[in-house]
Amino acid sequence: MLSVKGLKATVDDKEILKGLDLEVGAGEVHAIMGPNGSGKSTLAHVLSGREGYTVTAGSVTFEGRDLLELDPEERACLGLFLAFQYPVELPGVNNTYFLKAALNAKRRYHGEEELDAVSFLRLMKEKLKVLHLDDSLLKRPVNVGFSGGEKKRNEIFQMALLEPKLAILDETDSGLDIDALRVVADGVNSLRSPERSMLVVTHYQRLLDYIEPDYVHVLARGRIIRSGGKELALELEQKGYGWILDEAAA
Amino acid sequence: MSATPQDLPGQPVAEQRSGASRKAAETEAEYGHLVKSEYEHGFVTEIESDTLPPGLDESVIATISRRKGEPQWMLDWRLAAYAKWLEMPTPQWAAVHYAPIDFQAISYFSAPKKKELKSLDEVDPVLLETYEKLGIPIEEQKALAGVAVDAVFDSVSVATTFREKLAEAGVIFCSISEAVQEYPELVQKYIGSVVPPTDNFYAGLNSAVFTDGTFVYVPKHTRCPMELSTYFRINEAKTGQFERTLIVADEGSYVSYLEGCTAPQRDENQLHAAVVELIAMDNAEIKYSTVQNWYPGDEEGRGGIYNFVTKRGDCRGANSKISWTQVETGSAITWKYPSCILRGDHSVGEFYSVAVTKGRQQADTGTKMIHLGKHTRSTIVSKGISAQHGIQSYRGLVRIAGKAEGARNHTQCDSLLIGDKCAANTFPYIEVKNPTAKMEHEATTSKISDDQLFYCRSRGLSEEDAVSMIVNGFCKEVFNELPMEFAVEAQKLLSISLEGAVG
Repeated sequence: MLSVKGLKATVDDKEILKGLDLEVGAGEVHAIMGPNGSGKSTLAHVLSGREGYTVTAGSVTFEGRDLLELDPEERACLGLFLAFQYPVELPGVNNTYFLKAALNAKRRYHGEEELDAVSFLRLMKEKLKVLHLDDSLLKRPVNVGFSGGEKKRNEIFQMALLEPKLAILDETDSGLDIDALRVVADGVNSLRSPERSMLVVTHYQRLLDYIEPDYVHVLARGRIIRSGGKELALELEQKGYGWILDEAAA
Repeated sequence: MSATPQDLPGQPVAEQRSGASRKAAETEAEYGHLVKSEYEHGFVTEIESDTLPPGLDESVIATISRRKGEPQWMLDWRLAAYAKWLEMPTPQWAAVHYAPIDFQAISYFSAPKKKELKSLDEVDPVLLETYEKLGIPIEEQKALAGVAVDAVFDSVSVATTFREKLAEAGVIFCSISEAVQEYPELVQKYIGSVVPPTDNFYAGLNSAVFTDGTFVYVPKHTRCPMELSTYFRINEAKTGQFERTLIVADEGSYVSYLEGCTAPQRDENQLHAAVVELIAMDNAEIKYSTVQNWYPGDEEGRGGIYNFVTKRGDCRGANSKISWTQVETGSAITWKYPSCILRGDHSVGEFYSVAVTKGRQQADTGTKMIHLGKHTRSTIVSKGISAQHGIQSYRGLVRIAGKAEGARNHTQCDSLLIGDKCAANTFPYIEVKNPTAKMEHEATTSKISDDQLFYCRSRGLSEEDAVSMIVNGFCKEVFNELPMEFAVEAQKLLSISLEGAVG
């Protein structure tokens, strides 16, 4: 599904990713953990095609396509989805209208017929039910005046609608209280499927209590320095990152 | 009282200029590919015209008046305006730049030869084709939500519809020339009573040479049964268009008027100096909506329309209301301040505006709210969007007179900059002579952020669609004020202009 090889990327001439390797298979959930400044968000942004990052070496293929050649919108249409750490406000843009435009952009890309308002509303209602969300967010402008929890729920709702093949969750747990975290995690879990892979970027173990990963990777100083099963996350929770960094340095 | 544009201040109170030359090159590269779309409605229809040779003097005015079959008082009024105009200086205070206009090089009259048509069958097929190219076929317009269309093509109305239904309600909706002949007492009573010929240079010129426009009279306690709509189109090379529109809403009546325009591509600058006068009596309401999409000129700004318009409403009666809504995307230069004189106690004035400047377009636009009556209220919502080298100034005056007890104004003035070479200026001017007045003024300047663009794109939207969506969101408060079918058209128009401007 996703194959990252020797990826190096710079921001303002400063190298952040220093030769990163990562393989994600279909249906797998991978957690990327690491201390502040290790390059977690950079990885998420480079994969989704944000401007301002220069890839200096390495390759990224997604279902056999060279991802780095594509515009962000094309990556999205191919099935990549980034749940933002800080979802962006779009004043005056109705949330439902935004979601319909996004879904139809994707359908157009794949040569499918666009959904009309009625079919779209029906689809939206189904998805709301699956995620146990109410429709109060849908009538408001995108993320404007949303609480932290509402913003993250809205991201997960978008994900449910757009049905990505690979979802990248960038610090989705940040700024959430425990109840909101549970709601978001339940949403993510309900979207797990053998066709859908997930890359869960997080700082803390606690999200992984709710979203159980198949693999855990430790990202530090621009590289993945250790990989393991979900027990690695627990070990990190107890011991912190220091010992791994020391081992890696040794 | 007359409130002239000269009242407005020349000093910028706040100026935001997006400068940073370092970023300019980047932005050019970033947006350059999005800014190449040609003017969509650029074509000239061949239609035989009866055009006067260029030049202006008393004999030209007399010819216009004679061809229009006008009574003597109308000619006298025109000639008096002309005499005053000769003494008036051209206004220099607006933040726009252009070469001096040679008023002797303009032809002041042009009329399609076929006239007085009773049905669409009689309309020149070339003209109908033109409307179709513009996407506004009259046939569909007629069916569309019962909109009556008084189509103004060049200077003379050639198709007027739904007259009977309006006549049943007692509403008069016709060209101003017809009104001068058929309802002279009404025209004589009201013309120039809101915008006198001496008001400003272009209003003076218009008073002398206006060739057509619309007249609406809504009788007492009548709700106009449909939205009234006029499509303007300038189509004769070298012909300036001098429209004169007069709308009178008598006591307790209501009317909504839509004005939309577009013009074909051409090489020479065209002057458009219209005058619009609105009069609302006791408990009457007038809603006036404009979508303006005249040719803005080529990439260097050559050949666009000069849109120098005087629009003013007089809330003459108690509890009357006048609401201006405008979406301005066209013209090389726009110079326009739809205003309200709140004379009647408890009268209400509103101004909702979206203005887009891109390429080399310049716009100096805003409003004036003149509070004379007690407990008068006004609302101003102005959304300015500048892209490429566009220059835009909001210029607004809110004046509370000494006797205007308990007057209130809320002004919101937002600018959106796209790219680093455009400019947005704000010239708000506030005069308060009554201590009970309540004034609110909010202003913001923002740019479409990279975060917003990336967020939209990461959901699969193209950059163009993303910009269009963000800009439409920015303008939403204004679009909400437009009648439904106009709002759809306005959004489409905004998206089309932004395809050319940014996306």
